[in-house]
Amino acid sequence: MFTSLLAQHFVHNALAAGAIVAVVSGAIGWFVVTRGASFAVHAISELGFTGAAGALVVGLDPIVGMIGGSLGVGLVLGMLSLRGRERDSAIGAVLAFGLGVGVLFLSLYQGYATEATNLLFGSIVGVSDRQVLELGIVAAIVLTGVVALYRPLLFSSVDPEGAEARGVPVRSLSVAVFLLLALTTAEAIQVVGVLLVLTLVITPAAAAQRLTVRPARALLLAVAIALVATEGGILLSLAQPWPTSFFISAISFGVYLIARIYDAAGRVAS
Amino acid sequence: MSVVSVEGLTLRFGDRVLWRDLSFALERGELLAVLGPNGTGKTSLVRILLGLLEPSAGTVTIDGRLPAEMRSRVGYIPQQRIFDRELALRGRDLVRLGLDGHRWGAARLSTTEHERVERTIESVGAGGYADAPLGRLSGGEQQRLRVAQALVSNPSLLLADEPLLSLDLAYQQIITGLLDSHRRSAGTPVVFVTHDINPVLSIVDRVLYLAPGRWAVGAPDEVLTSEALSALYGTPVDVLRLRGRVVVVGTPDDQHVHHVDHAH
Repeated sequence: MFTSLLAQHFVHNALAAGAIVAVVSGAIGWFVVTRGASFAVHAISELGFTGAAGALVVGLDPIVGMIGGSLGVGLVLGMLSLRGRERDSAIGAVLAFGLGVGVLFLSLYQGYATEATNLLFGSIVGVSDRQVLELGIVAAIVLTGVVALYRPLLFSSVDPEGAEARGVPVRSLSVAVFLLLALTTAEAIQVVGVLLVLTLVITPAAAAQRLTVRPARALLLAVAIALVATEGGILLSLAQPWPTSFFISAISFGVYLIARIYDAAGRVAS
Repeated sequence: MSVVSVEGLTLRFGDRVLWRDLSFALERGELLAVLGPNGTGKTSLVRILLGLLEPSAGTVTIDGRLPAEMRSRVGYIPQQRIFDRELALRGRDLVRLGLDGHRWGAARLSTTEHERVERTIESVGAGGYADAPLGRLSGGEQQRLRVAQALVSNPSLLLADEPLLSLDLAYQQIITGLLDSHRRSAGTPVVFVTHDINPVLSIVDRVLYLAPGRWAVGAPDEVLTSEALSALYGTPVDVLRLRGRVVVVGTPDDQHVHHVDHAH
């Protein structure tokens, strides 16, 4: 049965969508983890959900609403460029209210509840040809952004003071990275759902940083880990009919645990 | 022609005037220490020299150009602020960013630039740990790499803003020694902001002393005297020389500064 499933078109679409999302998530993840913005990812994805629910209410494509919601929050967070505790509490406050609004939208929405469930938990097996194309276009935009901004983005992420002194536009880059992150999040929601975006954006990058201190290498490694998690998760869910999102998060977390053990063992040895 | 020329500089925040008509010039290889109590605009002066802050009046030029046009030609060493322990970056990467971190895109360094990064790391004596995770290095080791980051672009001017803060005595000497030998060999002038003159006393050419609302500039022996500082503060101030160290007593600002026993 597994091999016959592999020949199915919807499986091909799922694998393609998973690969696209894995590449962008892994690539942006390094910067997010280094900037300590994991919580922001969560906020952006939940507000993406609010945007999608709002779009459903007024009869728009939920993906458009989701991208709008994510970009809106990304823009605000980037412009505030808060640090530390202040940022945490501000994000928490915005996130909670946004979710409340999302709940309201869902109650107003008279359509199928599955659409909302899919947003929350992902619906990789239902990806259409058109969606794969859309995912590819957004991914190309994000990757172009990451490559074009790579060095100043790296500089301002690890050493904002030094970067500012060298004339790097630190504030604009903060906005840019949150906008790229918002697009990435809107992508990842379609594969793993709102609640599990962190498993593709944060976990692979966090694992990669345990395995190498070289930024470019860590970034590529995060992409590879995200790829293994999504593709492996999709294939496993064909063999064993549990939710794809579970398998993806399990593989991603497994690699993270191994990376931590490897890192700790290396530190003990040296 | 002077490398740095500051003329008629005035800085005002609302009604508060930090300094008026501040003027000085820096020649090749000169080391200027900027001294004074907190809140007299030492860091603001650094930000003006970096082109990050506009003065209320006056002009600054570096190699005849505006600071904002010269940012990639100025090496900056900030206060030693410890990097996050888990930061996934090598010392080598930090140094390299001083050379190409402001350029767009992603690219490898050219062979010449790669060699320059290597040479600079060796020149500050950080070769032994340049490949280790930055966050696991000691504060002094990190500061050595910061110096390398500032030097790697072969800057026209070096700006150091309290670079010795929270370093132990041995590392204070290492860092000042590195800056001193670089300005002698490369001729790069250094602006060295510090609350304590003593670690740099032996290498300072001139002192810019910022007091609330007033300033004075000149050789250490001219500025760091009881007469000069009393005039600057408008109250009696005593400058003592004890075992080759300068001790200032009686400034209105009590948490001031040139203690003999500096807490390490």
